[in-house]
Amino acid sequence: MSTERNVAQIALFTALIAALGLIPQLTLAFGVPVTAQSLGIMLCGTVLGARRGGLAALLFVALVALGLPLLSGGRGGLGLFSPSSPTVGFLVGFPVSAFCTGLITERLRRLPTAPAAGIAAVIGGICVLYAFGIVGMSVALERSLGEAALLVTAFIPGDMIKAVLAGLITAALYRARPDSVWSRA
Amino acid sequence: MISLTSPVRTRAHGWPAGAKLLGLCVASVVLFAAPYLAFQIAAALAVWVAYALPGWLFFWYGVRRIWPLWPFVVLLLIWHLFTAGVGEGAVIALRMVTAVALANLVTMTTSLEAMMAVINRRLRPFARLGVNLRAIELAAAMVIRFTPVLADKGTALSLAWRARSRRRAGWRVIVPFMVLALDDADHVAEALRARGGIGLDNKI
Repeated sequence: MSTERNVAQIALFTALIAALGLIPQLTLAFGVPVTAQSLGIMLCGTVLGARRGGLAALLFVALVALGLPLLSGGRGGLGLFSPSSPTVGFLVGFPVSAFCTGLITERLRRLPTAPAAGIAAVIGGICVLYAFGIVGMSVALERSLGEAALLVTAFIPGDMIKAVLAGLITAALYRARPDSVWSRA
Repeated sequence: MISLTSPVRTRAHGWPAGAKLLGLCVASVVLFAAPYLAFQIAAALAVWVAYALPGWLFFWYGVRRIWPLWPFVVLLLIWHLFTAGVGEGAVIALRMVTAVALANLVTMTTSLEAMMAVINRRLRPFARLGVNLRAIELAAAMVIRFTPVLADKGTALSLAWRARSRRRAGWRVIVPFMVLALDDADHVAEALRARGGIGLDNKI
């Protein structure tokens, strides 16, 4: 495995997360917009695996912090990373979430790709990400963890759909380009 | 690619990026450490005066950037109306808007190159531990170059979908989109190797 291929895949996946937020025409089932980019973070882990997927998500978050408008709706900049920003936990959690998703996909090698990636996306992409998000929100708004959790429950059904899609997309990708799906290699 | 740096030149554009970041850290800590209404109002006024100094265009740009926070402000005020009192809610809401606006101010007055230079300086000690700085810089540059390319390809894919179907392009279009991205990555990697590669002695 060459360094060049590593770097190129990490960079292209980071660009892919950003592009998923820029294309307005994409909507998921039931009108849930794909632009939330959490699907991109899940796919980082389920496709690239723990290390590469985590690095791609880390690069994405770092470039957003440096001032590139890569988040959906053209958002970005340091303001989102202020401890007073209610959504800071989700951004900080992105790399960890992608790493955990990748790790679980790699560990579940005995299962077929779709369920393995789907389960990993639920645990890494929802449980881990929301844990970070809820802590961040509770710090910013000075609410208890329970109250902060209540505020984000509305987004969980949409993310469950995305986790299922992450599983299906990873399986389809594994059929198309088995060499590039590192979580299965 | 468009960056979030303000096109309106201000005096703060010339200040060193490292100092601005350090100042931002200190200011954020102070804002958190002083939960007094009078102090928070004064801080908020000071920040918005700073926004108004370079002119209306700059001011409105700043307001637009902070606008997505309004649901949280409303939520905090309503919540506190029924619990601890509006005063406490106002302190938290003001602190949120001020701290985020201040951080946005740093982003608006600092170019991407200056930010990158700060990161590069901070990461340099880690180069000895095996962190490949060249690979990180190259990856960052590639993201900037390829985000619009991939966005164009994704748009083309969903347009192709719509030309064949009355329904909107759904999640299925993401699979060919990702295949395109992975193939692009392989081509770029080959091109990089053909041109000498990126420091093969250092693994990222």
